Amino acid sequence: MALLQLKDIGKKYSGNQVLEGVSLELNPGEIHGLVGENGAGKSTLMNILFGMPVIHSTGGYEGEMFLDGEVYNPKTPMEAMNLGIGMVHQEFMLIPGFTVVENIKLNRENTRSTVVSKVFGKKLEVLDKKQMVEDAKDALNKLNLDLDYNLPVKGLPVGYMQFIEIAREIDKSNLKVLILDEPTAVLTESEAEQFLEVIKRLSNLGIAILFITHRLDEIKSVTDHITILRDGKLIKSVKTEDITTIEIAGLMVGRDFDITASSIRKFDDDSEIALKIEELYVNMPGEAIKGINLDIRKGEILGIGGLAGQGKLGIANGIIGLYPTRGKIYKDGKELPLNNPREVLEHEIAFLSEDRKEVGLLLDEPIDFNIAYTSIEIKEDFIKKLGPLKIVDKIKVRDHSLDMIKKLDIRCKDQKQHTRYLSGGNQQKVCIARALTFNPDILMVSEPTRGIDIGAKNLVLDTLLELNKKYNMTIIITSSELAELKQVSDRIAIITEGKIQTILPADADDRLFGLAMSGEDIKEVIN
Amino acid sequence: MIVPIVFMAICAIGFYYSGLTFDFIFDEMFFRLSRNLVLVASLIIPVISGLGLNFGIVIGAMAGQIGLLFIINYGIGGMTGIVVAMIVSIPFAILFGYLVGLVLNRAKGKEMITSMILGFFANGIYQLVFIILVGRIIPFSNKSMMVNSGQGLKNTIDLLSIRKAFDNFIFGGMTRLPIAPLIFSGIIFLFIFLFFKTKLGQDMRAIGQNMQIASVAGIDVDKTRIKAIVISTVLAAWGQIIYLQNLGTFNTYTNHEQVGLFSVAALLIGGASVEKATWKEAVIGTLLFHLLFIVSPLAGQNLMGDAQIGEYFRVFVAYGVIGFALILHAMEKRNQIEKMDRLNFEDNKAAN
Repeated sequence: MALLQLKDIGKKYSGNQVLEGVSLELNPGEIHGLVGENGAGKSTLMNILFGMPVIHSTGGYEGEMFLDGEVYNPKTPMEAMNLGIGMVHQEFMLIPGFTVVENIKLNRENTRSTVVSKVFGKKLEVLDKKQMVEDAKDALNKLNLDLDYNLPVKGLPVGYMQFIEIAREIDKSNLKVLILDEPTAVLTESEAEQFLEVIKRLSNLGIAILFITHRLDEIKSVTDHITILRDGKLIKSVKTEDITTIEIAGLMVGRDFDITASSIRKFDDDSEIALKIEELYVNMPGEAIKGINLDIRKGEILGIGGLAGQGKLGIANGIIGLYPTRGKIYKDGKELPLNNPREVLEHEIAFLSEDRKEVGLLLDEPIDFNIAYTSIEIKEDFIKKLGPLKIVDKIKVRDHSLDMIKKLDIRCKDQKQHTRYLSGGNQQKVCIARALTFNPDILMVSEPTRGIDIGAKNLVLDTLLELNKKYNMTIIITSSELAELKQVSDRIAIITEGKIQTILPADADDRLFGLAMSGEDIKEVIN
Repeated sequence: MIVPIVFMAICAIGFYYSGLTFDFIFDEMFFRLSRNLVLVASLIIPVISGLGLNFGIVIGAMAGQIGLLFIINYGIGGMTGIVVAMIVSIPFAILFGYLVGLVLNRAKGKEMITSMILGFFANGIYQLVFIILVGRIIPFSNKSMMVNSGQGLKNTIDLLSIRKAFDNFIFGGMTRLPIAPLIFSGIIFLFIFLFFKTKLGQDMRAIGQNMQIASVAGIDVDKTRIKAIVISTVLAAWGQIIYLQNLGTFNTYTNHEQVGLFSVAALLIGGASVEKATWKEAVIGTLLFHLLFIVSPLAGQNLMGDAQIGEYFRVFVAYGVIGFALILHAMEKRNQIEKMDRLNFEDNKAAN
């Protein structure tokens, strides 16, 4: 008998069917993968399972759920938790200044009653620190994790934070089902591996795991069973060994797609240089650049790759001036000021940050303003003059953004929706629309497809190629995904330990890139 | 750390030019600590709960004054009077704190300015009640407290019956110094320390760091914030009672006005910020702030040779220090960040 059973689950948001007839079964100790594009209904399904208030304030759901054979219908997350459903959110739910122990026991602290608490109620019971430490240790041991539990989580590596969240769920004594929402999105490769180990350990403890991710190779390697959702419907539910990664990808998107390498262009040594970098040092924490020289030709698409923490992100962040920088940068032969983003923008260099939410977008502003503001600020586009006053031409902004929304297929309510409420892929499209509007000579994009699904991914990459072709825009693309770099770039620079390890044409052998990333000197290997 | 050090230096210079003796300063500081510490302590819990500096303690001070008016009206004097005043002030303080908490929950992220404006607003209501309603609707049996028309309270009310009653409680026979209120302040600080070891205290620390995460973990954020403000308001009411029993007279309509500003200034000078505050900072800050208060008028007079300058200095010091302390805190924070950046940079260079 299944531990958790979902029967014909459906959900409507104001008449809009976002989920329809989804049935699922989850057995103890099973790792169940859930894949689907953005908007496929994964989050809605999770929200229903976890009793999020948003479900019930919008009229509840259709269908039935059973937990251990009994009807399961949680009205609040608290109720879901009490019945043994745990969830690790995509964003960390840890309090930075609290220690590991305090975070694991957050709002479930062990307490001892005192005279005062007997008079004034349970809230004034004293924390039982000893017992809290014991429990936390137990939970961490189950994950086979050795760390100082008295440290504040603030300074810990990102990977550990994920483990602490899981430890918190395990510490709930009755945990039966653990929902993991894109848990590896923020992890480095080695952390992700360790993480997958942990998941296997958990399943051995008899906990059923529902695992949502967009990394298909992960889901293939770790799960027992895979369910694919598309447009709110269940497309296929199948044992993992009976399906290949390519089949999964095909079912997710629902259309055949092929990755065609762009025709790679070779630039002569005497072709015009768009950007010349000399002895660049960038002090970006975790991604420092320690002295590089690089010439980027006009109209070229340069890929920058490398493992996390080696410094590939530092280059674009340094050029735009977001982190302290030394060295010399020339654009079209003219020296650029350092550490001054505004002047760099005025020199027609734009940057789409890897950190969409913090740096890339004004989350509490509508889509249309997000698309227009760089142009308004730097180029005084969309401005009408009223005597001595300069006023933003709202109608022009609206028309332009409606145009962009259509062109880039940004899924939103309307152009006035705040960008905070868009999905990751659509947020990225807004960023690209802004760059398109600004129309710079040089566009730097970092991790353009991080956290977005395959369909949106191709659209983003195609748009970059189109920009390059149509406007002869020079593009510097930084990404952790080599396949993506190979898909669009002419040349790819591999960064290791803050320096350029090598620059290879995009059609070079994968093995060469692999060697370069691990810090091998390719010339030596070839000779 | 730089803020208290700067103020220590200013105090030292002021002390030198004031020409005051050490004995005088010592006595004076003893009294000022004893009468102000509880008020400053009342700010700590809201700071740690993420509500910033609670200028709303002005409203708590009003509750304390209501307690005092009660005992004067019924002629309850001495230590008994003070205890009764404290007890009477509790329900008022809880009610006021609850209302302030409700408003602040609707103004998340802007608690400081909201609480300050609430203080001004409450002052209006306070005046309405005690100038207009007293005698017309609210009966007062003690006619000597009222102006001759029989409506409204006098500007100044004598607190002779409880003057220094708490200061001299138990230890009055042994020494002139106010030992009892200092012990009481110590107990309050101990209470705050122990409070943060309880479940409720832990909840407050959690919401102080991140409201959203705390709420996802199932902590009732709004309720916990209201509790923090209620405790703060009750402590402020008691603090005001202790303060006024030491002064011995009571300016009905003005005594509470500056309580928020002065207490906040003291806490900031001690090195606290809008995000963190401990008992040490409260004590050091109160000490330095009042030291500056004592020495600066005299130092000003001795330096400039004008008695008027002294009065000017008092105001200048009170408002100046708040701005100065806030700027110093901001600079300190920025310096720390820049220092980290520089260190990283040196590392990079060294690695090459």
